[in-house]
Amino acid sequence: MSAVVSDIRPPLITGNKTYHQITEDICSPTEQLPDRNWVLMLLMTLGLLGFGTVSMIVTVWFGIGSWYLNKTVGWGWDITNFVWWVGIGHAGTLISAILLLFRQKWRTGVNRAAEAMTIFAVICAAIFPGIHMGRIWLAFFVFPYPNTRGPLWVNFNSPLLWDVFAISTYFTVSLLFWYTGLVPDFATIRDRAKGFRKKIYNFVSFGWTGSAKHWQRWEALSLVLAGLSTPLVLSVHTIVSFDFATSVIPGWHTTIFPPYFVAGAIFSGFAMVQTLMILTSIAIPQLKNYITLQHIESMNKVIVLTGSIVGVAYLTELFIAWYSGYIYEQFAFYNRALGPYWWSYFAMMGCNVISPQFFWVKSLRRNLVVTFILSIVVNIGMWFERFVIIVTSLHRDFLPSSWAYYSPSWVEVGDYLFTFGLFGTLYLIFMRVAPVVAIAEVKSILKSSGNQYVEALQTKSEAKTEEAHH
Amino acid sequence: MKTLNKTILYGLYLDDEVLMDAVREIREEGNEIWDVFTPFPVHGLDPILGLKESRIHIAGFVYGMFGTITAFSFMTWVFTRDWPIIFGGKPYFSVPSFIPITFEFTVLMAAVGMVITFYLVCGLGPGVTNPYLDPRITDDHFCIAFDVTGKSKDEVEALRGLLQKTHAAETNIKDI
Repeated sequence: MSAVVSDIRPPLITGNKTYHQITEDICSPTEQLPDRNWVLMLLMTLGLLGFGTVSMIVTVWFGIGSWYLNKTVGWGWDITNFVWWVGIGHAGTLISAILLLFRQKWRTGVNRAAEAMTIFAVICAAIFPGIHMGRIWLAFFVFPYPNTRGPLWVNFNSPLLWDVFAISTYFTVSLLFWYTGLVPDFATIRDRAKGFRKKIYNFVSFGWTGSAKHWQRWEALSLVLAGLSTPLVLSVHTIVSFDFATSVIPGWHTTIFPPYFVAGAIFSGFAMVQTLMILTSIAIPQLKNYITLQHIESMNKVIVLTGSIVGVAYLTELFIAWYSGYIYEQFAFYNRALGPYWWSYFAMMGCNVISPQFFWVKSLRRNLVVTFILSIVVNIGMWFERFVIIVTSLHRDFLPSSWAYYSPSWVEVGDYLFTFGLFGTLYLIFMRVAPVVAIAEVKSILKSSGNQYVEALQTKSEAKTEEAHH
Repeated sequence: MKTLNKTILYGLYLDDEVLMDAVREIREEGNEIWDVFTPFPVHGLDPILGLKESRIHIAGFVYGMFGTITAFSFMTWVFTRDWPIIFGGKPYFSVPSFIPITFEFTVLMAAVGMVITFYLVCGLGPGVTNPYLDPRITDDHFCIAFDVTGKSKDEVEALRGLLQKTHAAETNIKDI
């Protein structure tokens, strides 16, 4: 990039890195044996996965009767977890696509790991509607394929089917985008590797040579994929919100849902990126030169913005419920805040609306401990948001005789832990086998955002100002 | 491993700006560059090298249109001809509720089609091993390569001199 950079823009790569040092720093974790902490983390996630597998087997073997869903509350932890994971899965593509279109250079430090997170989160999300169907071996019924029952087609008017298309498209496109970015970086590892490792990385790097024409097409492809992914990422959570908004349940039938869900998704996604980035750069210390406080601060700014949008949406919902004059809507919101599930409503409000406001203070935005704690608080809050929307809207329906209370069985908790185990295991493996920072993309911003170049530019412009004064 | 049956003379440079100046100078003297290899996309190189703009976005548009038409016409056919059902009192041909799937399928077709096209036209794919000149090209070396198959020794030496004049750190000949 021939640099047109304002000299007040702080550097995004620190430590006077050269191109070769970037390669070394980012490839070396894939070339060493894992350390003890990594193994301990892996054992922990495998433990969760193991326990979760037991509850998954119970779920599939005995059916969802092993959950405490009832006739009134038909959606519980399962759909809450689904929406939560899909929401988390929004940050990766947002970072890689929208920030690419906006030419935000800080994207390059975090996009690879964020996209990996997206893909793993969407895998976790897709599990829940799958097991909720009850007979997961018939899950292929959701696709419109020619069949011997008529053929009887799926209902294209149903938001649940829109969801099938949205999630599967989102997963496929994110995976292609991520992998196409990985190919040149796998080639870098391939050219350093020996023996069997070289064979593996040779296979996955697709024969990449670094030819100028290939790079040109690669950039054109990335740009168009970014252009396609931008409306896609916004459409996915919009369609997830349609699952609720197109129904006639008070508390769900709300036109504010699409923008409010999308903001919430970005909010929780960025929080999860913060959690993972801070942990990753503890595990791989040299990453601190690529994921700097500048990156953390930028993401915290996104969190305070989207958190505030979510807060405005909550208040708008309350206002409109009152203003509508519709007693069932009014009751739904009164019941949300002051009914038997009041604690989840206040957990949601506290974690999502109040906690991100700390990020208005610059020193807190740049504080890793504060960021780490708040990033977890935000994701707890976003889980409660989905729980509030789903369970409190359902548990007191139109007929008071069928009002019910719902709390999960150990199987439902175990199914949720399964996805934590799966997500953690996949991410830990990813950290060991792939470059967690996009090597080629970081190299391409070195001359405009490396600290030594930025400092040289600053000295130059200061000298110029000095001259002008004399 | 594929072979191209070519003899390649190449020079390695240590900096992208030096490389750009070298490409400019070599092309101005009327020499044909076989290819340039870089560890990352060097912006501004394409026009200097005389590369035409990639047409991959046109392919993407075509795939996208295919997706739009397929999804919309298929849903229309199912709900108006093959198996009409009334959902919630809406007409059989209810366009607004076809929009989400039409959109998603458009994006899916455009993305999948473009990625496959990209790998096919670049000759890349799972397990493909293309001949390469130097392993440092994917690290921090920038390479200008000439096809010198069947060229006389004098011609080769002239090109080598040109590489050295434009500050190549090293020059080599390799059969690939």
